[in-house]
Amino acid sequence: MIHSLFLINHAGDIFLEKHWKSVISRSVCDYFFEAKEKAVEPENVPPVLQTPHHYLISIYRDKLFFLSVVQTEVPPLFVIEFLHRVADTIQDYFGECSESLINDNVVTVYELLEEMLDNGFPLATESNVLKEMIRPPTILRSVVNTLTGSSNVGDKLPSGQLSSIPWRRAGVKYTNNEAYFDVIEEIDAIVDKSGTTVFAEIQGVIEASVRLTGMPDLSMTFMNPSLLDDVSFHPCVRFKRWESERALSFIPPDGNFTLMNYHVSSQNLVTIPVYVKQNICFFETGPCGRLDITIGPKQTMGKTVEALMVTIHMPKAVLSANLTATQGNYSYDLATKVLVWDIGKLNPQKLPNLRGSLSLQSGAPKPEDNPSLNIDLKIQQVAISGLKVSRLEMNGEKYKPFKGVKYLTKAGNFQVRT
Amino acid sequence: MQEWANQLCENRQFGSKMTDSKYFTTTKKGEIFELKAELNSDKKEKKKEAVKKVIASMTVGKDVSALFPDVVNCMQTDNLELKKLVYLYLMNYAKSQPDMAIMAVNTFVKDCEDLNPLIRALAVRTMGCIRVDKITEYLCEPLRKCLKDEDPYVRKTAAVCVAKLHDINAQLVEDQGFLDTLKDLISDSNPMVVANAVAALSEIAESHPNSNLLDLNPQTINKLLTALNECTEWGQIFILDCLANYSPRDDRESQSICERVTPRLSHANSAVVLSAVKVLMKFMEMLPKDLDYYGTLLKKLAPPLVTLLSAEPELQYVALRNINLIVQRRPEILKHEMKVFFVKYNDPIYVKLEKLDIMIRLASQANIAQVLAELKEYATEVDVDFVRKAVRAIGRCAIKVEQSAERCVSTLLDLIQTKVNYVVQEAIVVIKDIFRKYPNKYESVIATLCEHLESLDEPEARAAMIWIVGEYAERIDNADELLESFLEGFHDESTQVQLQLLTAIVKLFLKKPTETQELVQQVLSLATQDSDNPDLRDRGYIYWRLLSTDPVAAKEVVLAEKPLISEETDLIEPTLLEELICHIGTLASVYHKPPSAFVEGSRGVQHKRLTSSAGSGESVESPDTGSAAVSEAPPAVIPSQGDLLGDLLNLDLTPPTSTGPPPAAAPGMQLGAMDLLGGGLDSLMGDESEPPPIPLRTDTPQSPQPPHQSPSPPDYSPTELGGDIGGSPAMGAGFGAPPAAMPASFNAPISGGLDDLFDLGGGGMTMGTYIPPKTVWLPAMKAKGLEISGTFVRRSGVIQMEMTLNNKAMSVMSDFAIQFNRNSFGLAPAGPLQILTPISPNQSIEAALPLSTVGPVMKMEPLNNLQVAVKNNIDVFYFSCQYPISMLFLEDGKMERQVFLATWKDIPNENESQFQIKDCHLNSDAASNKLQGSNIFTIAKRTVEGQDMLYQSMKLTNGIWVLAELRVQAGNPNYTISLKCRAPEVSQCVFQNYETVLKN
Repeated sequence: MIHSLFLINHAGDIFLEKHWKSVISRSVCDYFFEAKEKAVEPENVPPVLQTPHHYLISIYRDKLFFLSVVQTEVPPLFVIEFLHRVADTIQDYFGECSESLINDNVVTVYELLEEMLDNGFPLATESNVLKEMIRPPTILRSVVNTLTGSSNVGDKLPSGQLSSIPWRRAGVKYTNNEAYFDVIEEIDAIVDKSGTTVFAEIQGVIEASVRLTGMPDLSMTFMNPSLLDDVSFHPCVRFKRWESERALSFIPPDGNFTLMNYHVSSQNLVTIPVYVKQNICFFETGPCGRLDITIGPKQTMGKTVEALMVTIHMPKAVLSANLTATQGNYSYDLATKVLVWDIGKLNPQKLPNLRGSLSLQSGAPKPEDNPSLNIDLKIQQVAISGLKVSRLEMNGEKYKPFKGVKYLTKAGNFQVRT
Repeated sequence: MQEWANQLCENRQFGSKMTDSKYFTTTKKGEIFELKAELNSDKKEKKKEAVKKVIASMTVGKDVSALFPDVVNCMQTDNLELKKLVYLYLMNYAKSQPDMAIMAVNTFVKDCEDLNPLIRALAVRTMGCIRVDKITEYLCEPLRKCLKDEDPYVRKTAAVCVAKLHDINAQLVEDQGFLDTLKDLISDSNPMVVANAVAALSEIAESHPNSNLLDLNPQTINKLLTALNECTEWGQIFILDCLANYSPRDDRESQSICERVTPRLSHANSAVVLSAVKVLMKFMEMLPKDLDYYGTLLKKLAPPLVTLLSAEPELQYVALRNINLIVQRRPEILKHEMKVFFVKYNDPIYVKLEKLDIMIRLASQANIAQVLAELKEYATEVDVDFVRKAVRAIGRCAIKVEQSAERCVSTLLDLIQTKVNYVVQEAIVVIKDIFRKYPNKYESVIATLCEHLESLDEPEARAAMIWIVGEYAERIDNADELLESFLEGFHDESTQVQLQLLTAIVKLFLKKPTETQELVQQVLSLATQDSDNPDLRDRGYIYWRLLSTDPVAAKEVVLAEKPLISEETDLIEPTLLEELICHIGTLASVYHKPPSAFVEGSRGVQHKRLTSSAGSGESVESPDTGSAAVSEAPPAVIPSQGDLLGDLLNLDLTPPTSTGPPPAAAPGMQLGAMDLLGGGLDSLMGDESEPPPIPLRTDTPQSPQPPHQSPSPPDYSPTELGGDIGGSPAMGAGFGAPPAAMPASFNAPISGGLDDLFDLGGGGMTMGTYIPPKTVWLPAMKAKGLEISGTFVRRSGVIQMEMTLNNKAMSVMSDFAIQFNRNSFGLAPAGPLQILTPISPNQSIEAALPLSTVGPVMKMEPLNNLQVAVKNNIDVFYFSCQYPISMLFLEDGKMERQVFLATWKDIPNENESQFQIKDCHLNSDAASNKLQGSNIFTIAKRTVEGQDMLYQSMKLTNGIWVLAELRVQAGNPNYTISLKCRAPEVSQCVFQNYETVLKN
């Protein structure tokens, strides 16, 4: 099972290590550094590395490497999933996952890691259970702690672990009982030069924020459950009910959690909300090129497209851009060669356009690769797949909770080739 | 560590006072002293604060072990928070202060009986983390109680504790019967307990490959399936991985397990999903294909696999490696899902390359247009490796999907027009392959290719281009000029290019003899006189001789028709694929190697196989026909066999890369090709051949078919001489085993040779195990009159230590007991020493002590050293002895041929060691028989120039495989032995053992 964990920053310094069995010298990370050197970009470091005596399995998140060492045959996905869980937990506790925050809370992080694994076997990875044992820091608490000398280690033990529903603690009480659900869909798409969709799919997720007293038993039904043929659930969801009735039936964890992920890939269901007319070209003669981009609405289901933004990774030879935008602002970062055009709301009457010239390094050959455009956008109050929740019911408790469902569509990995 | 901590502290001086950094600001001298005072304070609050400061220092790596007694004193408290902190401290420092740690034992024992189950669990959990021998003894009783605790939370924690304890002292765990208790927990009523028991057993089983710890039967399977629905995500992974090891009795059981596992495919945790996929892929084999359920299951597998591809890139990578296996085994699952493998520009490079691989595997007539459009897009990206692979992929599509060949070629031509150097070179390399697959179809493009001659600077591309020019010399007007231009820098070229140039010019000469006589003279003299490279020289001489003796025959040989290359070049060999399918989701599946080939020494080597449904008429090999795969494997995979063979011949082959045809070159391959000529060559060259070619391998008995007897002239590998560009597996087809298109006369010697290679030398009698004579281990002088002599024996799998105890003292000896120190292979007495009657003076007694190999392990010097303590009523005596390592060779140490080949190739050359065995007068068969008695198994034998090569394998009790190549020359009493092993430390020992066995 998982033997040790090293946290490594962007520059390649180890700033935290935790061993669940015997101590392994940090020199084992040298193999990783070698691979990191070779990969140039940190994103490109292979996640599974073999060394003479160990395997190094790592993830790269928030500019940090989480590197685990294993000695026996362990499913690598298990390790990677766990590492992401560690990063999630740190983010959950301290707001973000950064080196400085981890250093500031090093004792808490250490205690968390101690509770998450026992001898390399996962012990408590549910945020609810962890929070019961180790309280997340708040400003008030740190002041109180400094004054009274108490710490973040709870004096309670994880009573939730004794029950058959480890994700929910007993004795939850709220004065306002609320259950809110966000249906968020991200469009992943590749659109080619001519505007044809090469590939498109929707990654959907239902995020829940549930603050209900006692042991509520919820069930959620959809207007069009047939959309959902590829789903993965939070462990609280009863799979049998889903199979037989296409309803989500569950006792929710307390607080925020991801209820369900789904995936809509059949082409006819995935609509592309905007179209892009673009022309980027570099001239054979003279160090310059032209850029002309226009964006218009395609299928937006009657809603406004907001937070529209175009990002272009320019070829290395592009030195500067002299452009005019009819709407929004653009900026070109010389160091990273990234052109960002922040448009904002899309007005169907007056389509935003960005045009002008690009200047190239003199003497450099004409760039061979054409840059891809990455589109960001948001559409409120609609799930682009058409998914709709029809009912949300609660059993097991007497009170009437506030209920709400919000929809949001975003661009995920949405690229337009040129 | 210390230094680093201090540095960290300095950095923190400016840290916010609100956070933990406050604990690091005290770096002044008397810090430890101050803390000590605070720890011993009467005030509870002050005490607690002090412990916290200590923990903070410890967390950042400062050494606060000096405070051990003071911290331990704080342990007896009702304050849970304080208790937890002290436990944290103990886990960290107990190892360095073992004597002090004993002080904590009482509190642990007390806490294990606390009323609160959570405290009991915490205590047993912490205790297991203290890796101190002395403490483990005290741990046994509390642990036993906790394993039977009424509260499941305690039982679940205790189950993991057994695994911890086993890691520290395996013998103790066994002696105390904890393993049985753990096995009982599989039937526990609580799912979490079941999951943890399975996890603990799996981990223990991994270090004991032969133990039957996870003995699965329908009842336990049922328990596991029930627990599966109710335990945590991690528990589900353990249970699913365990289920995958079960072999269902029939298809109905198979189906019912599949039905209960499928819901796991919708789990949010990708590791659960992949483990479930493994179970389903394996059990599906049992289902009859015509069953409705079979089809349903296939359909259910696709969506979860697709979903894995929208996860984080690291998860995607592991998923893709596994999908690569799945599409090779069952292409139908994902055949409609091509688009999800399209590469996004911000995918990490390791994901891009994997996706590309799968795209080619899924390419078919139906989707080829899309795939090509994508590949063309990728070929203009920035990353060089990716672009190269994309270009090669286009070539592979052309070869795989015939209808698309024309489109592929025109796409490649477009790419060549971009004039990007590496794109052009890759394109030329793949176009050469396309020419071989579709001869006389696309030669019109040659003119375009020739325009780019100068820009080629990589050997592989140069060689490809030269091959093309030579092959189509009659259509290229200035072929002679082109080839001549290469000839100028002949000596600076790589061997690959030189060989190719030689062949090409000979081809040119045969096609246009009048104009090119001078050129061919030039190249032949360059190759034979000015070159130090034996391959090149030999090939030069062969051509020379051929051309001068019989130009007509030369033409038939050199310009003979070449076999077509096969469609897919890098499929995984079927038996290996089957094994890998059983290991989906593991490290093995990421590396595409069997676990035996790379998991560290002590791990179990259990070859898993898919079991197919009986009589379902499937083409899947059943477990015992593994060897049949050699001849039955479809042509597509045979090339890799050629590589293996080459490797066995100790040839330096370029390993096949996954990017289609690997770089050619490989002089070794050429060498291998040469020796195929062995028989024919002599007659070709006459007696006075000079210098003689180096026949690496004489042909097998049934193979020598001198060319003049053969009905069809080119029965000696015409391809090799004529058209081979060397190295690439696709090309190598002509060498390994030919596709059906080859003349039968060629077919026979090769496969015959292969068989012969594996044929065991004659059916001689197997001799018994060699038992070394007893030697005196403990002289009477040193042991107050007790003399012990003994030896080691292995009888039907049981290792015994046979001793003669001789009482040379004046008084009666009794109360014997024996103990071993830790040793390299974990040898330990399997039971007490059975000497029931006292030994009177001058009496001697024989005792046999069965040994197990599950004891604690410590590396000894020499490796086979064993330190023994014998106790009697008088005193305790110590001695050390050395056991022959063959005691540890298992009866199932006979490796499968395929695996042997793969393993031999896999083990790096640094791990090879060579020894000489002098003055041994056995012939190879006798030696082989003798060695077999000691569980050293001969897997294959082959004879080269009167020298017998025996390929042998043995397997140590701890799962280490040792591979050997024993060379025996008739009439020469000196044997040469090469040993290859992943743990090269054992080689010396194994060699000594060879020597003793062979000479006795």
